[in-house]
Amino acid sequence: SLCTSNIISNILPPVSLWTGTAVRYLDKKESVKPVISTGSEQRKVQTKSKKTLAKPGVKNIVLVEGVRTPFLLSGTTYADLMPHDLARAALQGLLHKTSLPKDAVDYIIYGTVIQEVKTSNVAREASLGAGFSDKIPSHTVTMACISSNVAMTTGVGLITAGQCDTIVAGGVEFMSDVPIRHSRKMRKTMLALNRAKTLGQRLSLIGSIRMAHLTPELPAVAEFSTAETMGHSADRLAAAFGVTRLEQDEFALRSHTLAKQAQDAGLLSDVISFKVPGRDTVAKDNGIRPSSMEQLAKLKPAFIKPHGTVTAANSSFLTDGASAVLIMSEEKALAMGYKPKAYLRDFVFVSQDPKDQLLLGPAYGTPKVLARAGLTMDDIDVFEFHEAFAGQIMANLKALDSDWFAQTYMGRKVKVGAPAMEKFNLWGGSLSLGHPFGATGCRLVTTVAHRLLKEGGQYGLVAACAAGGQGHAMVIEAYPQ
Amino acid sequence: MFSYISCRTFSVAPAMSARTHVNYEVKEDVAVIRMNDPTSKVNTLSVQMQNEMIEVFNEVLANDAVQSAVLISSKPGCFIAGADINMIQACNTSEEVTKLSQEGQKMFARIENSPKPIVAAINGPCLGGGLEFAIACQYRVATKSKKTVLGTPEVMLGLLPGAGGTQRLPKMVGIPGAFDMMLTGRNIRADKAKKMGLVHQLVDPLGPGLKSPEERTIEYLEEVAIQCAKGIVNKKISLTKEKGMMQKVQDYVMGIEFVRQQIYKTVTAKVMKMSKGLYPAPLKIIESVKAGLEQGPDSGYLAEAQNFGKLAMTSESNALIGLYHGQVACKKNRFGVPERPVKNLAILGAGLMGAGIAQVTVDKGIHTVLKDTTVEGLSRGQQQVYKGLNDKTKKKTITSFERDFTLASLTGQLDYSGFEKADMVIEAVFEDLNIKHRVIKEVEAVIPPHCIFATNTSALPIKDIAAASIRPEKVIGMHYFSPVDKMQLLEIITTDKTSKDTTASAVAVGLKQGKVIIVVGDGPGFYTTRCLAPMLAEAVRLLQEGVDPKKLDALTTGFGFPVGAATLADEVGIDVAAHVAEDLGKAFGSRFGGGNVEVLKTMVEKGFKGRKSGKGCYVYTPGLKSKDVNPDIEDVLGKYKLTPNPLVSSDSDVQYRLVSRFVNEAVMCLQEGILNGPVEGDIGAVFGLGFPPCLGGPFRFVDTFGANKLVEKMKRYEEVYGNHFTPCQLLLDHAKDSSKRFHK
Repeated sequence: SLCTSNIISNILPPVSLWTGTAVRYLDKKESVKPVISTGSEQRKVQTKSKKTLAKPGVKNIVLVEGVRTPFLLSGTTYADLMPHDLARAALQGLLHKTSLPKDAVDYIIYGTVIQEVKTSNVAREASLGAGFSDKIPSHTVTMACISSNVAMTTGVGLITAGQCDTIVAGGVEFMSDVPIRHSRKMRKTMLALNRAKTLGQRLSLIGSIRMAHLTPELPAVAEFSTAETMGHSADRLAAAFGVTRLEQDEFALRSHTLAKQAQDAGLLSDVISFKVPGRDTVAKDNGIRPSSMEQLAKLKPAFIKPHGTVTAANSSFLTDGASAVLIMSEEKALAMGYKPKAYLRDFVFVSQDPKDQLLLGPAYGTPKVLARAGLTMDDIDVFEFHEAFAGQIMANLKALDSDWFAQTYMGRKVKVGAPAMEKFNLWGGSLSLGHPFGATGCRLVTTVAHRLLKEGGQYGLVAACAAGGQGHAMVIEAYPQ
Repeated sequence: MFSYISCRTFSVAPAMSARTHVNYEVKEDVAVIRMNDPTSKVNTLSVQMQNEMIEVFNEVLANDAVQSAVLISSKPGCFIAGADINMIQACNTSEEVTKLSQEGQKMFARIENSPKPIVAAINGPCLGGGLEFAIACQYRVATKSKKTVLGTPEVMLGLLPGAGGTQRLPKMVGIPGAFDMMLTGRNIRADKAKKMGLVHQLVDPLGPGLKSPEERTIEYLEEVAIQCAKGIVNKKISLTKEKGMMQKVQDYVMGIEFVRQQIYKTVTAKVMKMSKGLYPAPLKIIESVKAGLEQGPDSGYLAEAQNFGKLAMTSESNALIGLYHGQVACKKNRFGVPERPVKNLAILGAGLMGAGIAQVTVDKGIHTVLKDTTVEGLSRGQQQVYKGLNDKTKKKTITSFERDFTLASLTGQLDYSGFEKADMVIEAVFEDLNIKHRVIKEVEAVIPPHCIFATNTSALPIKDIAAASIRPEKVIGMHYFSPVDKMQLLEIITTDKTSKDTTASAVAVGLKQGKVIIVVGDGPGFYTTRCLAPMLAEAVRLLQEGVDPKKLDALTTGFGFPVGAATLADEVGIDVAAHVAEDLGKAFGSRFGGGNVEVLKTMVEKGFKGRKSGKGCYVYTPGLKSKDVNPDIEDVLGKYKLTPNPLVSSDSDVQYRLVSRFVNEAVMCLQEGILNGPVEGDIGAVFGLGFPPCLGGPFRFVDTFGANKLVEKMKRYEEVYGNHFTPCQLLLDHAKDSSKRFHK
């Protein structure tokens, strides 16, 4: 890591928004080790606008535990599994880590994006397979990259409404195998074949099959409404905000560098080890690749050619993985003898134009959730933003830091400002750890809780964008230790 | 010409302050040349623009600090819309125009041969002279914006691309592609232009960022263009693109003289078939391309300039340019901004017309209600709207999402619910005064006080319809033409009671629907139907006199009408024609006679209602494009047979009998004040009825052909047929005094 930080400070002109802060952060780390350390020397907590976000008459909801399988590049060790296998592994990991009785859960909710048709309610298949009582109802939700956020907030809603006390929420994504379909023409013919009564009818249907029928239909990471792929939209977004290629590569390098440090320091304690049937035990994320700016600069743009700025290296990669969290009412958690990790507080979902503002969810969600909670940007000690693309993160940061954008598009008088980089995604992010679409939300929340514990802050903020031009933000409060 | 001594210290600022249309800024070693005509919404290659451009170009060439240049417009949404037509119209001889062309050629030759590469950065229309400018540059980058279109529309003005276009395009996009562009004049979208090899690189339009999307998109285009310019200088971008296999084969084939000759022959034959030889421009385009390819560039450029000069002096070009100006004038609302914009529009009747109106309204951000009386009628109409939008999806002009989103603004219903929110109601119910009266009463009971009631009728006087209204100031006629999504014209009819705001509102809606609008006074048949009726009466007489429908069609199209008279009757509907003939016959008396209305009535009785019923003058077989004469029509015509008079039955006489009645009626409409002026008369006749565009409309035709000559012919016909051919007073006035002209 010494080497990397030297590279950064040597080759990067301190021109961009965060280069300066990143270098500062890394320098600081070299000298005073304030953050990635054993946690004994906790950072001084500044005065907050509010002491707590607890509201009279509203149940406190707590995160008891959060786990995830290692996030692997798709097509690697998980290649032969099915989605519910990964979800099962996360659920079993959660059971193991919390020693939760298998019938103590009221409801299980999972988020996923690309569904395996055989297990379309993957929550049910996974919970049954993980050995939970078959008396626990389970359902699956989907909202693109914030699917597990929806799973968690659905749980929060059930607890707040007094319907449940103990919820397991999670997310899973399995990109090693996706449903590739026959063409519509072929499907139509095959379904007609099913209904055909005579041999003649069948033969004529079979005879109607042409070469074009055999072209398969692949799922694309593209917006249905605009037919634009997400990477293409991210590249346009970066250009709209004037984010340079250099800034994006720097941010990607930062993500990988920090992730590697966190991994090496053993900070990613939400990762459980998983014995993959027929394969080795997996205990670590395998997409973390701290490289060099020279290496990153060599890549050609992946979506907008030849002048685009989004490359494979500054985008999140296709990932397999699953996550799970245990959410309870505070009373119930304490009654069961748990020591909660954090309070889940205010949250918002936002949505915008899916064409030109596809990935601006964090920029819209952050000010909104802060206003809801009555906090300011300065009150937040820990930021965990979903890194879909380096360009998308930089665009969101610039949007948050722009009065013009706040006034023109968000109906605000002034900007809320960009998060301080020394508080931002310090243990890596989706760019480096990986991004199993449906599972990332739980990782973000668990990471905030763990970082608050480690770094000694009081409030954390999660923000994420999602396909469809949607977004999510949530405030998390440290549980008094 | 220029002294270069102090070019290093040459300051841009004083020169810039003197220039108003073109300026430049040096970014590192790239000169960014920005165009913006402060006097207009669009950039044109006016004298001023050209002069400043030459000045700037000379400075850029002389500036040692500059290695390359980017040519960009700082006007939002417009690169260069074309050359300045007024420049050509100011010339009196073809030699003058040829000289203009040669100056343009020279300027672009300098651009083409510039030692410093020039990148054209295109956002918005790049047409005509603008395109010729762009293709003279070494490299082209264009935005994928819907506004960005490239094309050579000169042919539509009866001209040719006269600044090197006929010479450069064939080399750039191949001979067939170049002919297609120049002979159709159609607009080409950026993505297609890239595929054709017309532009090198595309730039995506950007959304919101730290500046407005439009502003940032232009900036981004400039950034990318600068990168390209630098890339060309440092040889990272090669200007000789590698040819694919297909390209090589095509080049080889085009290298064979025999093949080229075949292409010229085929294209010429196609042009002759389409234009009936009435339009000189396409032939001159072919001639110029051929000269360049077969005899070398010197001959090519010379042929281009000379042909350009010749074309500019033709009556056809004059007519087409007149139509262009007229069209621009008819796309403005001379009644001002209406008090409240129409946001909710209801249409009564989901027939061909009603659904057509819905189709052109619903995608303009107006919530549209389509009401019919039966589920069957309504679903047919809804399907028509869906199909119209879905066809656009298939052509990829809109996405399936945009189609669905647009359709969300359409409500189909059988009752009057929600009419209390309507800002305007357009009725397109059956053409029957009693039904129209019933409808107006029903509607007025449910609509709010400000709501406008527009009636879509092709012949019933609006004041008769308005007689049933309790607020005639809100009643107006909106005469659409079928098919509504294809026909550009909207004829708006005001009564003496219609308020100005009602008119302003109707025009505003029409303009939103993309229509070219004429506003005319009330009367039987208004303007368009009234002109058409005597011509159709004459057509029926000709059929009775034994002229075969195919021959009749050939004679009318031979005169320049896009659709022959017999086919037109079938398209309009024989029943509608009979109805109109009878109504107008009653209103105008024997002057509207000629053919026997009974012919039409008998045809209707037999079920020959035209295309919609599968049989009319012709037999229509679904799926078949060619059509045969309806064999049963001979019985009908035989029953009403007339003997032709050989003195007035030559092919040419047949043509003038048809046209003179049309033209005379048009002039009479002006005389009676139905028309606001000859411009609207020409536009209405050409865009609504297909009056030959090469003649520019009935009024320009009288100017060009000579009122005296026309009156002479009409008097000859009058002797045989009587008052059907009596010239009106205004026409006689013009015949008497040749200095009197409708157009200056």
